[in-house]
Amino acid sequence: MTDTSRDTATWMQRNRMTVTPILFLLPGLLFFTVYVIIPIFQSFQISLYDWDGLGAATYVGLENYRELGTDRNFEISLWNNVRWLALYLLAIPMGLFIALFLNQTVVGIRLYKSLFFFPFVLSQVVVGLVFSWFYLPREGLLNAVLQFFGLGTVNILGDPDLATYGIIAAGLWPQTAYCMILYLTGLNAVDPEQVEAGRLDGAKGWKMLWYVILPQLKPATFIAFVVTIIGALRSFDLISVMTNGGPFGSTRVLSFYMFEQALGEYGFRMGYGSAIAVVLFLIMLVFIGYFLWQMWRDERAARHG
Amino acid sequence: MRSIFKTGASALAVTTMLAGTAFAQELSGVLRISSDMSNPGPRAVMEQLAAEFDELHPNLTVDLTIVDREAWKTQIRNALSADPPDVVNWYAANRMAPFVNAGLFMDITEWWDAGDFAGLESVRGALTQDDRVWGIPYTYYQWGVYYREDIFNELGLSEPATWEEELANCQVIVDSGRACYTIGTRFLWTAGGWFDYLNMRTNGFDFHMALARGEVPWTDDRVRATFANWRQLIDMGGFIADHQNYSWQEALPFMINGEATAYLMGNFAVDQLRNGGLTDEQLDFYQFPIITEGLPQGEDAPTDTFHVAAGAQNVEAARAFLQYVASAEVQTRINGPEGLGQLPVNANASVADDEFIQQGFAMLSQNAQGGIAQFFDRDWPAEMASIGMEGLQEFMVFPDNLDDILDRLEAARQRVY
Repeated sequence: MTDTSRDTATWMQRNRMTVTPILFLLPGLLFFTVYVIIPIFQSFQISLYDWDGLGAATYVGLENYRELGTDRNFEISLWNNVRWLALYLLAIPMGLFIALFLNQTVVGIRLYKSLFFFPFVLSQVVVGLVFSWFYLPREGLLNAVLQFFGLGTVNILGDPDLATYGIIAAGLWPQTAYCMILYLTGLNAVDPEQVEAGRLDGAKGWKMLWYVILPQLKPATFIAFVVTIIGALRSFDLISVMTNGGPFGSTRVLSFYMFEQALGEYGFRMGYGSAIAVVLFLIMLVFIGYFLWQMWRDERAARHG
Repeated sequence: MRSIFKTGASALAVTTMLAGTAFAQELSGVLRISSDMSNPGPRAVMEQLAAEFDELHPNLTVDLTIVDREAWKTQIRNALSADPPDVVNWYAANRMAPFVNAGLFMDITEWWDAGDFAGLESVRGALTQDDRVWGIPYTYYQWGVYYREDIFNELGLSEPATWEEELANCQVIVDSGRACYTIGTRFLWTAGGWFDYLNMRTNGFDFHMALARGEVPWTDDRVRATFANWRQLIDMGGFIADHQNYSWQEALPFMINGEATAYLMGNFAVDQLRNGGLTDEQLDFYQFPIITEGLPQGEDAPTDTFHVAAGAQNVEAARAFLQYVASAEVQTRINGPEGLGQLPVNANASVADDEFIQQGFAMLSQNAQGGIAQFFDRDWPAEMASIGMEGLQEFMVFPDNLDDILDRLEAARQRVY
């Protein structure tokens, strides 16, 4: 008896350095596996079936993916995702310039900063509502302004060619504020001595920004890039609030289409919805892979550098 | 002699038991009801119904859960799968299909056959699938054209009975600077109502139902004829502009402000129009005009229903509750002007003394020989309905895209059925 217990104790003592971190990680790993990793594989599996979520599931192989290939709504959603990805990135330079503009000491600058930050505090639903009122074809502020300058009216959210851009513009408002905050904190960490040195070497304006300031803001740029890409791919609430995917499905993105097919009022095609989810996951995986690789490289550089 | 008497007496006893009051001593336990009657008016009706039933049966506790009507459309699936309530609200026709197919609704054909629901025979068909009956209706309402009587009088117009009169009326209205019809197609289904009526009037009820069952291609010339009629109204500026931006409620102000003169809608719009400030002198109703002479008219009259969950715990109480809801007396009361303000499903119930409900009742009982349809999104399978309504909305905005839209719908038809 005593021998065994002493053996156990020594084993614990010997391996304490390995066991402790594992024990600390265990709860997190457990939840991550149950709520993230396993569902990912389940989505893969469900996407091979024709299933309404209630009855028996029929195995259909890759039929759902084949149907995606001929589905025009899927194509529209995919292209809209590309538009979101490309245009949403505008939030980064816009956030940077607002941050540069606000990075000065004048009376009441804290108030101005919080006013610029304000849209990020609003819920996406509120942003969507405000913008859809702004765009209203008759009473909206936008058309009132256009008419004041003698221009014709425009129905942005009712026009299949414009509606997606209208929603992205609404999304850029809070996203720009987010990037601005990231850059404002980044600017605090800019080394004044390097700026001073640059100035002595004759760098001014754009050159100063490009060669001296921006390299020091690289960590902030990286985070801004990550949150903006993820934000663009997650876009759902604005679409749901502003157009509900319409007019005639022209503003859908993959996440919205997936929701409609799997969980919407006329949907409940779980297999097809899962196939869309898998495609979306693969697109995200490209970016996530890149981000992870980038972080790993930076960390390695930090350790060895 | 004696034995005959005895049999007769016991038969009588059984009948009285079924008739309701005898249940009073026997029902016990808890009856769990999940309802989607979440709008203020219907909610009060449902709560009162549950309270009364609870009072009728001292040993029984009625446990009522009211879920938001829109949310219920997706929540019902979870509700029925795990720990189901005894009685739930839903809709008739094809909307029942997923739950019937998955075995989540209880087959109550025997209750119907036993005469539990006397007076409901005429609506049995809407609750039937695979020759079995899966629930009972509790209310329905007519669709039709609600219009501004005062503007019609001002322009010297009368209710149109034919398509020619309709187009002539509309021309006058458009010339007066108004739109003939308000509509909000943002959530798509309102366009389904227009298609239902135009197709039923152009090609008849039977063709309409054949199309719903997927037996006719969407590219059929008869379908094109329906769209051609629709296009006449669109091209003359009959509908308000930018309707793709509005929900059906957001389209109401156009009619209330007099910018549009009529609304093809279900009777539930009347309440909103009255709340918006229109009096009964300003409002009136007419049946959708005849397009093809000699076709018996079909009408949309969506039916809302009660079902018993397959996993119900208190089946006896559920049965008694359905009987109670379907009875003529309760039907008269819950559909009355103090209640839902709609049409009772029981033939022996009396119809509320309301201008619009009376007109709707007369129309459906005398002037709908073609048949009663449930509505585009209830008669068509769900997937076809959603793709279809999207196409209908696109047609209303870009009528020139018709060929493309019909090809798409036809492709969907071949896949769905």
